[in-house]
Amino acid sequence: MITPRVPLLPPLPGLDEDLGLALQGRGLWTDARRRFLRNRAAVASLFVLGLIVLLCVAGSALSPNIFDEPDFAAMHAPPSLAGQHWFGTDNLGRDLFVRTLLGGRISLMVGALGATVAVLIGTLYGATAGFVGGKTDSVMMRFLEILASFPVMFLVILLMTFFGRELWLIFVAIGAVSWLDMARIVRGQTLSLKRKEFVEVAQVCGVSSFGIIRRHIVPNALGIVAVYATLLVPSMILFESFLSYLGLGVQEPMTSWGALLEQGAKSLEAAPWELAFPAGFLVTTLFCFNFIGDGLRDALDPKDR
Amino acid sequence: MSLLDVRQLNVRFATPDGTVAAVNDLSFALNPGESLGIVGESGSGKSQTAFALMGLLAKNGTASGMVDYGGVNLLALDEAELNRRRGVEITMIYQDPMTSLNPYLTIGEQLMEVLRFHKHMDKSAAFAESLRMLDAVKIAESTRRMSMYPHEFSGGMRQRVVIAMALLCRPKLLIADEPTTALDVTVQAQILQLLQDLRRDFQTAIIMITHDLGVVAGICDRVLVMYAGRMMEEGAAQDIFAQPSHPYTRGLLQAVPCLDASHGEQYLATIPGNPPNVLALPPGCPFAPRCVERFDACLRPAPLQRFAVDRQRACHRTTTELGVVA
Amino acid sequence: MSQAQDQALLVVDDLHVHFNVGRESLLPWSPPRLLKAVSGVSFTLRAGETLGIVGESGCGKSSLARALIGLNPVTAGSVKLAGRELAGLPASQWRPLRSEMQMIFQDPLSSLNPRMTIGEIIAEPLRTLQPSLSRVDVKHELDRVMARVGLLPNVINRYPHEFSGGQCQRVGIARALIVRPKLIICDEPVSALDVSIQAQVINLLVDLQKDEGLALIFIAHDLAVVRHISDRVMVMYLGKVMESAPADELFSRPQHPYTQALLSAVPIPDPQRQRSRVIQILEGDLPSPISPPSGCVFRTRCPQAFADCATDVPELREAECGGAHRLACRRH
Repeated sequence: MITPRVPLLPPLPGLDEDLGLALQGRGLWTDARRRFLRNRAAVASLFVLGLIVLLCVAGSALSPNIFDEPDFAAMHAPPSLAGQHWFGTDNLGRDLFVRTLLGGRISLMVGALGATVAVLIGTLYGATAGFVGGKTDSVMMRFLEILASFPVMFLVILLMTFFGRELWLIFVAIGAVSWLDMARIVRGQTLSLKRKEFVEVAQVCGVSSFGIIRRHIVPNALGIVAVYATLLVPSMILFESFLSYLGLGVQEPMTSWGALLEQGAKSLEAAPWELAFPAGFLVTTLFCFNFIGDGLRDALDPKDR
Repeated sequence: MSLLDVRQLNVRFATPDGTVAAVNDLSFALNPGESLGIVGESGSGKSQTAFALMGLLAKNGTASGMVDYGGVNLLALDEAELNRRRGVEITMIYQDPMTSLNPYLTIGEQLMEVLRFHKHMDKSAAFAESLRMLDAVKIAESTRRMSMYPHEFSGGMRQRVVIAMALLCRPKLLIADEPTTALDVTVQAQILQLLQDLRRDFQTAIIMITHDLGVVAGICDRVLVMYAGRMMEEGAAQDIFAQPSHPYTRGLLQAVPCLDASHGEQYLATIPGNPPNVLALPPGCPFAPRCVERFDACLRPAPLQRFAVDRQRACHRTTTELGVVA
Repeated sequence: MSQAQDQALLVVDDLHVHFNVGRESLLPWSPPRLLKAVSGVSFTLRAGETLGIVGESGCGKSSLARALIGLNPVTAGSVKLAGRELAGLPASQWRPLRSEMQMIFQDPLSSLNPRMTIGEIIAEPLRTLQPSLSRVDVKHELDRVMARVGLLPNVINRYPHEFSGGQCQRVGIARALIVRPKLIICDEPVSALDVSIQAQVINLLVDLQKDEGLALIFIAHDLAVVRHISDRVMVMYLGKVMESAPADELFSRPQHPYTQALLSAVPIPDPQRQRSRVIQILEGDLPSPISPPSGCVFRTRCPQAFADCATDVPELREAECGGAHRLACRRH
C-alpha cells in the first residue's frame, strides 16, 4: 500500500484556509505596548507624571518670583490664586510655587540619575557576572556584597565632613547604591536565560559570548530591567528626601522636595501649606511611578500576573 | 442510573483577544465503575472539561450547562457545597504530581490530613488507613515512606502517592488529567496497571484525559474524541479503534507510528495543516480546514448524530461514504 | 575494513561524561561526588545513516548528545567527526566544525529567542559562521531552507510566539539546515508535539535525510517513532549501552531483558491486542546514577538477574544471533 505523503485536501470554496495566519504579526514589544495602553491607571499616571515633569522643567517661568528672593511683605503668606504667591510663601517669604517646582527638578534628577546608573552599570555588571559564571561570577558578586553591606548613611556623613555639603555628593551616594539590586536582578535573570534552549542553540551555532549577551540575553532581560528601573525612581527620590530631611541633603538656598518637607514639618501648625504642596507633589509622583511600574510589569510578562 | 450526566456543557474564557470557546455543547454520561477516555490534542478543550467538572476553571473562565451528579447540578453549587464533594466523592490527579503535593509536609502528614479533614478520623485511624492505601498503590516500606518528603520520591512514586491520596476517601469518580505523560514508558506501564487494579478493587469510575491513544486502548471502556472544543465522535473503545467513524479519529489513528511496522514503510500518514486556533475557528465543522473528506456541507456545523448502539458522531459524510460498518 | 572507515562520519570511542555534584562530605578536601551520565559509550555513524538512541529519562542519552555537540565537556574518550578529534577542543577551533554538525532541540518554542523574528532566527547560524556572505545570498539561502521545511515565505517577519509547536519545530529544523550540515543531532524533536503534527515532522526529517544525505542521531523515548526513523538503534540504561542492532532486528528480536521490558511497556493503540498482551512490568525505580549498582547496572530491576550479574560488568559484544546485533548481558 502506498500512503500519500501529504494528503490532498479537496477544495472548499468559502473556507479561509489561512485562518491560523490571519492574525497580523506582532512583536512582543508591540504586544506589551498594547497591554500597557489598556491599563487605565498606568496610562493616567503616565499623563499626570508628564504634567509634573513639564511643570518642574518649565513651570517656574509662569511665576514672576525667583526661588531665593524673599518677599519681606509676605512671610508665611497663605496660598492665594488672586495674589502673587499661588502656593503661599515660607518663613523667609520665598515663593513656594517656584521652590516646589525647583525642588521637583532636583528630586526628579536624582531619581533619573539613580535609574540611569542602575540600568547602565547594573545591567552590564549583572549580565557579565551571570553569563561568564564560575570564579568571575563569585568575585564580582562578593564585591557587590561588600558594597551593599557598607552603611550608606555613614558614607554620606563621611563625604559631607570631608568635602562639605555639596549637591554632587548626593548624586555620588545615589549612584553608588542604586545599581546594586539591579545587578543582582539581572544576574539572576541571566542565569535562568543561560539555561534556555535558545542560548544553547546560539552556542551550537558558534555565536560568540558577546553576541549571545547582546542578542539573546539583554533583549530578554530588558523587560524586567524596565520595570525595576521605573520602580527604582521613587525609591531614589525618597532616599534623597530622607537625606535632605536629616539635613544631609541639598543646601540652602537650593532645595528639593525632601528639604521642603523638612521645613514644612517645622511650621506645620502655623503654615500647613508649606508641607502640603511639596508633599502633594512628592506623593503624586511616587504614586505615578509605582502605577507605571505595575503597568509595565503586567504588560511585559502577562503570565506572572 | 448514571453516575455523572453532563449535558450541554459550555466553557468560555474571556481573554484580551476576545472570548475563547474552549468547550462547546459537550454531553456525555458515565456509569458507576466505568472508564471513559477523553482524547484530543492541544486546544481540544479536554483539560478544560475536567476543570469545569471540578469547578476549578481559571478566574476568567465560565462554565454553563448541566453536570448532574447524583441529582445535583455541580455547576450550580457554591464553593462550600462543592468542597464537600470535591476531594471526597470526585477527585482529580494531574500530569505533574507536585501540583497536589505540598513540598514542606511529609507524605504521611498529607495523607492523614485528607482523612482527618474529610472523614474526621482520629490520628491513629488515619495513620492506619493511609498506610493501607500506600500498600494498595504498591509502595514498598510504606511505614518508612510515611515520614518522607515528596522530593525524596521519584516521579513514578510521587504519582502513586497522589493516586493513593485521591483514593483515600473512596471516591466514586476519579478524573485523571494526563497522569502518565511525564513518566517513562516502563513507569507508565506500572501506573496504568495500578489504575486498572484499583478500578476493579474500589469500583471507581475513571475519566482519563489523554492525547495518547495507546493509553486509552489499554484502560478505557468508552472513548470520546474532541477537536477544538467539540465532540467529534464517541463510542465503545473497541468500535472506535476498529471502525473510526470520523475523519479526524481516523487520521489520528493512522498518524501514530506503529511499533511493529517494519522500517521499510517510510512515510507516516499525516493530518495536514496546523492545530486549531481557538480564537479564529472556521464556521461549520472545526476540522474542515484539515479534513481530507470535506465537501460543501462542511461549512455548516455538523450536528451530533447517534448512528449505532451507543455510538455518535459529528460529520456530514455518512458512515457508508466513510466505509464504516456499523 | 578501510571502506567502512572511509564512510565513517562520526566515531565515538569509550566516551565518558561525568558531572561533579558536590562532595562526599562537607570537608573541602573530601573526594568529589561524580554523576556518571555517560560511561563508556562507543559507536560509529556512517554518512547518511540514522542512529536512534532510546532509553528512559536519566539514561544519559541527552548528556551524550550534548557532549557530542560540545555543550557538555567530555570527561574521557574520543569523538571523531570525519577524522578530526572533537574531545577537548577549545571553543575557537570548534567554530568551523559547527557547520558540519547541528542540533534540533526538544522544546520547539523555548529553543527560539522570543525577541527575534523567524527570519533572524533561521539566518543566525549562517550570519555567524559565514559573516562574509552578502545580504542577498543570506536571503537566498533563507528562502531555500524555508521552502524546504514547508514554511511560507510570508512568515519571515513574524515572531515565534505566534506559531504552533509544529511550525516552531520546522523553524528549528530550518535553522539547523541552513549551514548544510552533514550530521544533525535530534534531541527528542517530536515529543512535545501533538500526534497529528508529530507525523508531519517525522516525514519531513525522513525526506531531508534522503534528499540531502544527512546523517541523523535521533534521540527519543518513544520507541515506535525511533523504529520508524532509524537504521540502527542503541538502547541505553544508566549511562551504558545495553543493546545495539539494526532497527528491525532489535524490535523484532530484542535480546536484552531491558529492551524486552521496554518494548512490552509501550501501549499499543488497539484495545484488543493491548488487553490480551502480557505486559512485563519492571519493578522499582531507576537507581541513582551517583551510586550505580555494581556489575551490570540493570541487575537491580532485571527479572533474569543471577549472582554473577552483581560482580561482573558485562561487555558490549556480538550477540549469538550474529549480524550487527550487539548486547551487554551475562545471560547471552
